[in-house]
Amino acid sequence: MKELLTIDDISVSYGNIQALKHVSMHVNEGDIVCLIGANGAGKSTLLKAIVGQEPLVSGTITYDGELICHAKHLDPTAGGKRRKSHSPTFTTDLIARKGIALVPEGRRVFADMTVEENLDMGAFMVRDDALIAKKKEEMYDFFPILGARRRQKTRSLSGGEQQMMAIARALMSSPKLLLLDEPGLGLAPLVIQDIFQKIAIINQEDKVTVFLVEQNARMALKASNEGYVMENGRIVLADSSAALLDNEQVRAAYLGE
Amino acid sequence: MLNFFLLIVIYTGIYALMAIGQNVITGYAGMLSLCQAGFFAIGSYATAILSTTYGWSFWATLPVAALLSALFGVLIGLPTLRLKGDYLAIATLGFAEIVRNVLNNWDSLTRGPMGIQKIPMPSIFGFVINPYKKTGFLVMTIIFVLIAYFLFQRLARSRMGRALEAIREDEIAAESMGINTTKYKVWAFAIGASVAGVAGSLQAVFSLSVTPGTYTFMVSIMVLCMVVLGGMGNFKAVILGAFIIQLISYFPQLVGLSSMIPPQFKQILFGLILVVMMIWRPQGLLGREVRDYSRLTGEKGSVFRKKAKQAVSSTQGGER
Repeated sequence: MKELLTIDDISVSYGNIQALKHVSMHVNEGDIVCLIGANGAGKSTLLKAIVGQEPLVSGTITYDGELICHAKHLDPTAGGKRRKSHSPTFTTDLIARKGIALVPEGRRVFADMTVEENLDMGAFMVRDDALIAKKKEEMYDFFPILGARRRQKTRSLSGGEQQMMAIARALMSSPKLLLLDEPGLGLAPLVIQDIFQKIAIINQEDKVTVFLVEQNARMALKASNEGYVMENGRIVLADSSAALLDNEQVRAAYLGE
Repeated sequence: MLNFFLLIVIYTGIYALMAIGQNVITGYAGMLSLCQAGFFAIGSYATAILSTTYGWSFWATLPVAALLSALFGVLIGLPTLRLKGDYLAIATLGFAEIVRNVLNNWDSLTRGPMGIQKIPMPSIFGFVINPYKKTGFLVMTIIFVLIAYFLFQRLARSRMGRALEAIREDEIAAESMGINTTKYKVWAFAIGASVAGVAGSLQAVFSLSVTPGTYTFMVSIMVLCMVVLGGMGNFKAVILGAFIIQLISYFPQLVGLSSMIPPQFKQILFGLILVVMMIWRPQGLLGREVRDYSRLTGEKGSVFRKKAKQAVSSTQGGER
């Protein structure tokens, strides 16, 4: 199976605090991979690093055989100390153009725009109007509630509807890799279940590889093939999701058993 | 009296151009910039210096004024990219003050506080546009505003307009959608500055003299007031805002009470207007322009729209 996203030995710092410590992982094409961990473990930082929003102190990120982020080289004038500077090889928008779509934490919908306008924004990179119209109809078919509310301001949508809209918006650009940052944040369990079902369908029918970060470990592990567990900026466990669900440590720490 | 009214309309036109530029920067891209006075001054001095010292015609100086202002727009836009809100406002304000101080002190080029006089009147097809006679100048100003209005209206509906709106709403989301935020923010500054530069050119050939004292901080504030009063993100509204603000600032003279009402009175009124607007109508008199999406989506979505309308009206009683 082909590795679509390879993260090799990356570290990210916020000042003196190291948020990610030599993290390595990979996402195979066609999989749903989840990353679970507690608050402040560094999950969101990892996603931000992938899309070029956080500079790397060390390591590389490769997507589809192409280097997309790497650390700045050592600065000889600073006595070999690592220089902190903005280092992504590509800026966020260029990474998005390569086919990585991020559904950011807290959804970040364009609240004052209608659902339809939001989806149009999602298709910003697409120049073909007919394709945009087709994609939108697909999204309205797939998320009927969005079709019904297409002319409504996104502000007036419920949290779950906004999350679906954020996912639909990300799918408008026909990405190969979908990054989801806590899709279940602040939503009712039934709504989360619905969203995870949709994610599974997107993965199977549209062949979109999914990498999701979630605090709700049980839901995430059930919905995915591969899982990683992060603690204090390090990957502490990596296995198939089924195996992680049976793992003693995971059961104790994340599943509350 | 009529003459005086014409003067107000001409100033409305000149300020409307600046307000249109400010609307791109603030109304669309959501950046609170306070340096339209700086670009206005650069445009004025470009026209003044080129037409007096070098004998260029007004029409030849216009593109230079626009391009030079745009260049300075890029120069201020690039280093302030990461600033937001009040920080950006302070940085841009500083830029406008730098421009004014340079003009005030670069004697060999700008003749310092004395300014540049005897700027030749513009002429077209042998017809001299004499600012003292007003009507000719008025027509020219209106034509400029109309051209700017239609150009910017098109711009707002283009990809760039959409990109700027996305940036205003949420920069991180916009980036994840493949929008190059750096590029579009700098473009917004360049375009907003260039139209202010054109306004500066007009100002130069209207007063036929330029002095640094014209391009104070109050100009930037007035332009911002026009945008806020009219409605951010709506070009018609900012032109209306420009007219109302000009009317207010010349109100004492207009009603013949200039001996009784001190000129500072208008500043009190501006402040009052801003406070009242922020409390009762923060979206401005006309509000943001709502785009008509039915034209874009065409016939395809019609069935869906009916369904959507039913759904909306059943749940919310029809929002729009």
